[in-house]
Amino acid sequence: MRKLITTALALFTLLCLSTVAYAAAPIKIGGLFAVTGPASFLGEPERNTAQMVVDEINKAGGIKGRKIELITYDTVGDTTKAVQLANKLIKNDKVVAIIGPSTTGDSMAIIPVVEKAGIPLISCAAGSKITEPVKKWVFKTAQNDGLAVARIYEQLKKEKKTKVAILTVSDGFGSSGREQLKAQAKVYGIQILSDDTYGPKDTDMTAQLTKIRGSQAQAVICWGTNPGPAVVARNAKQLGLKIPLYMSHGVSSKKFIVLAGDAADGIRLPSGKVLVADLLPKNDKQKASLLSFIKDYQNHYKAEGDHFGGHAWDAVMLLKGAIERGGDTPAGIRNALETTRNFAGIGGVFNFSPRDHAGLTKEAFTLVEVRKKDWVLVK
Amino acid sequence: MELLNQVSQFVISGLATGAIYALIGLSFAIIFNSTGIINFAQGEFVMLGGVLTILCINALQLPLLAAICAAVAGTTVIGLVFERLAIRPLKNATPLALIIITIGASILIRGLVMLLWGKDTQALPAFSGNDPISVAGATLLPQHLWIFGVTILVIVGCRLFFHHTISGKAMRACSFNPRAANLVGVSVGRMVLFSFVISAAVGSLAGVIIAPLTMTAYDVGVMLGLKGFCAAIMGGMGSGLGTVLGGLILGALESLGAGLISSGYKDAIAFLILLLILFIRPQGLFKKGETDRV
Amino acid sequence: MKSDKLKFFAFCLAVLLAPLPLSGSYLTNVLVFVGVNSILALGLNLLLGFAGQISLGQAAFFGLGAYGSGVLTSVYAFNPWVAMVVVALAVAAFAFAIGFPVLRLKGHYLAMATLGVGVIANIAFNETVDLTGGPSGLSGIPNLAIGSFTFDTDLKNYYLVWGFALVMILLSLNLVNSRFGRGLRAIHDSEVAARVMGVNARLMKVQVFTLSAFISAIAGSLYCHVMTFISPTSFGFNTSVELLTMIVIGGFGSVYGSILGALLLTMLPEILRTFNDYDIIVYGLLLVVMTIYMPGGLVKGVPALFRRLTPKKAKEGANA
Repeated sequence: MRKLITTALALFTLLCLSTVAYAAAPIKIGGLFAVTGPASFLGEPERNTAQMVVDEINKAGGIKGRKIELITYDTVGDTTKAVQLANKLIKNDKVVAIIGPSTTGDSMAIIPVVEKAGIPLISCAAGSKITEPVKKWVFKTAQNDGLAVARIYEQLKKEKKTKVAILTVSDGFGSSGREQLKAQAKVYGIQILSDDTYGPKDTDMTAQLTKIRGSQAQAVICWGTNPGPAVVARNAKQLGLKIPLYMSHGVSSKKFIVLAGDAADGIRLPSGKVLVADLLPKNDKQKASLLSFIKDYQNHYKAEGDHFGGHAWDAVMLLKGAIERGGDTPAGIRNALETTRNFAGIGGVFNFSPRDHAGLTKEAFTLVEVRKKDWVLVK
Repeated sequence: MELLNQVSQFVISGLATGAIYALIGLSFAIIFNSTGIINFAQGEFVMLGGVLTILCINALQLPLLAAICAAVAGTTVIGLVFERLAIRPLKNATPLALIIITIGASILIRGLVMLLWGKDTQALPAFSGNDPISVAGATLLPQHLWIFGVTILVIVGCRLFFHHTISGKAMRACSFNPRAANLVGVSVGRMVLFSFVISAAVGSLAGVIIAPLTMTAYDVGVMLGLKGFCAAIMGGMGSGLGTVLGGLILGALESLGAGLISSGYKDAIAFLILLLILFIRPQGLFKKGETDRV
Repeated sequence: MKSDKLKFFAFCLAVLLAPLPLSGSYLTNVLVFVGVNSILALGLNLLLGFAGQISLGQAAFFGLGAYGSGVLTSVYAFNPWVAMVVVALAVAAFAFAIGFPVLRLKGHYLAMATLGVGVIANIAFNETVDLTGGPSGLSGIPNLAIGSFTFDTDLKNYYLVWGFALVMILLSLNLVNSRFGRGLRAIHDSEVAARVMGVNARLMKVQVFTLSAFISAIAGSLYCHVMTFISPTSFGFNTSVELLTMIVIGGFGSVYGSILGALLLTMLPEILRTFNDYDIIVYGLLLVVMTIYMPGGLVKGVPALFRRLTPKKAKEGANA
């Protein structure tokens, strides 16, 4: 009996002590990433980065002395699961804000959930539909596809090329790019001569490229994520396609160069600045953020940080800023997010406003070219 | 003239892809013929072929040829283990149960590879360079020739094995009538095991020779498996040459469909033709009809 | 027969009361999807468990239902209830038409043909961008409503979906015990024998295929109004396989088994989350092991296991 009392007392004291030590409960934020499944190339670096940034913030003392607790779930890129997990984060874990999901589909699926619950969401997916029209609680960090398209078209216009062929993958990423490519063509006076697609798991695109070779196109724009574009690059080389090949920001990582091999030479693509951080001038606003992200990621995961991870970096840092200014309530965070100005992150310099929840301009993209297995800036 | 060149490119690229479908289809048919099982994990054997080769090259620093042999051998062992653990314990299983077991096994294999190897796509260097070759107005890569060559070798090998060796004949006997085969002293169980071993070897070989062209990752098996299955069905699930023709036709149709009609609907076109074949000639394109045994 | 009715009422009661202890928890939300999956599994089980006809393309009918309702209500501003009925009938008519050639096939040929239908449907959802929004999905689908009462919370949706599910269960129970149901089981056991006994096997197979498509389409309509957003990935080959798995795990040819399978498989990710990244392996392993050691599914396997372990509890376990 005595033993029991002693134990109870000890436990009680311990409990009291621990409450004192953690007087300020951690601020809970949720993360939804497609860590496995077809979009894992997005979800994995995003989750890793989010966890890394949160750890760094906590190590540095948290936000105003309060720790952050990141609760992440894997959506597998399945919209139904994304909705269930968003509900779980909101109702069971009682998070004050959500980061992710990784794909446009997952993001669109959970928007009704967060809107109804009034929880701010910072999506890491690229589809411009997510924030157009503006939704009260929804923000995003991944650069809109439209900006990447604009960057390519601008270059084509500069080179007086007006006829293009487009080749897009038939998934969420590709179809969003295809929409933008078609919508903006007129603005830049560009004519789309052929509009083809390929499946995400296709292994041979010579048929589409042969068709393009037979057309009068002056450039090919391919919109997809690895490994499709690498196959396109190799097939184009096989067919001896002479016109320039443009890719999307979906392949802006070293991985693409490795996969495409020699065929990557001369390919151009719009990319977030993370790829060419060391080539940027010293006065570039983003340079400090970029270099610290790359260094941290290398230390934590022994791998190169890419711009997908950068979306999560931006999301957590934006959230940190918003909590510092607006407090730890969902409404406070949302209002502070909306007034975020001049935040120089990985994806670009963000300026949110009541009319713009994507916050970036096409300056977020730089056009790079592959030369001798490395990136160079296109002037 | 331009159109003619295009069509010849469509056909030749299509045939190259089709040869792969044919090889995978053949590996389906080998198991089906001696066991009546449709192995939905067949695509994973293909994936394992490519993945293990790259693993052997990168981790063990083996030369290409040794790596390929090791990968095919490794996959064969996995096929053997798979038969022992998942197929053997089941007695008198319904076709449906077998379909589900093999689907489960494919998920398992895929999951294991994802965890052990990672989710990244990786490329295998081409066997003999990347300089395009010109054939009849179309361009091909040396790797395509490897594909055609290996496919022909495997077909000839299978033909010789099934028609001219005792084991091969015994396996065919099992497919016609397992009980009768058993009565004349053929060990049906061993033949089933055998078929899994051969099928895994053929499947993984297909995986190895396309890896330089298409690259490989833990999840490439699903689609390739489906296409191979398609080829086998078109060929009537058995007649060796029929499956090969089925694969070639499927590949050519896909490529022509993508080039001339619509790239978005190319798979739909292929499957639609498959459905039509099933409706009109359920026994496959090149096989005579059979009556049901009751 | 009386115990059957009792069982059904007990089940109704369980469905009615289930959300109470969960008030406010996200599990209510998961149970909504369990309801949708139950309807789907039931539809497939009628075809597969009772008539013995495999389908690997069930997701096609589910998707047609969802996209039909979604497009009609969000693009053409149809009344959702009208749309649901129209779409379900249209899908049923489509199934009836393709049923004749498809169901002539047997075994793996049938599997391949239904798989082909599934693949083609999925490609169609992806490619008809102007109508369906293509791969980036269709948003802005309204919730269902009766007058000014909108089904816009998890709890309301729960009762909506499970209301439908109960109707389907009742329908299936009656069907299974009818002349039609006996005919189906005869086809399952031996089609030739059934034919000899005067069962019009061909027509009956098409009829049950049509019914199964009808039920799946209803589930699709419900799903799209609950989610208010749909994209083609929810209606692919994986979904068809998942449905198949539900039946295998729950119980072949058992109405309540379908529900159990849907419940387990929808909740499985929750349970498997403790395994972290290893969940996919556990999932695959479960499929293989279950099929080998419990070919009748949990509904038949668990009571059998109980009987072997504790003879006394046999009766309790067997009530499924």
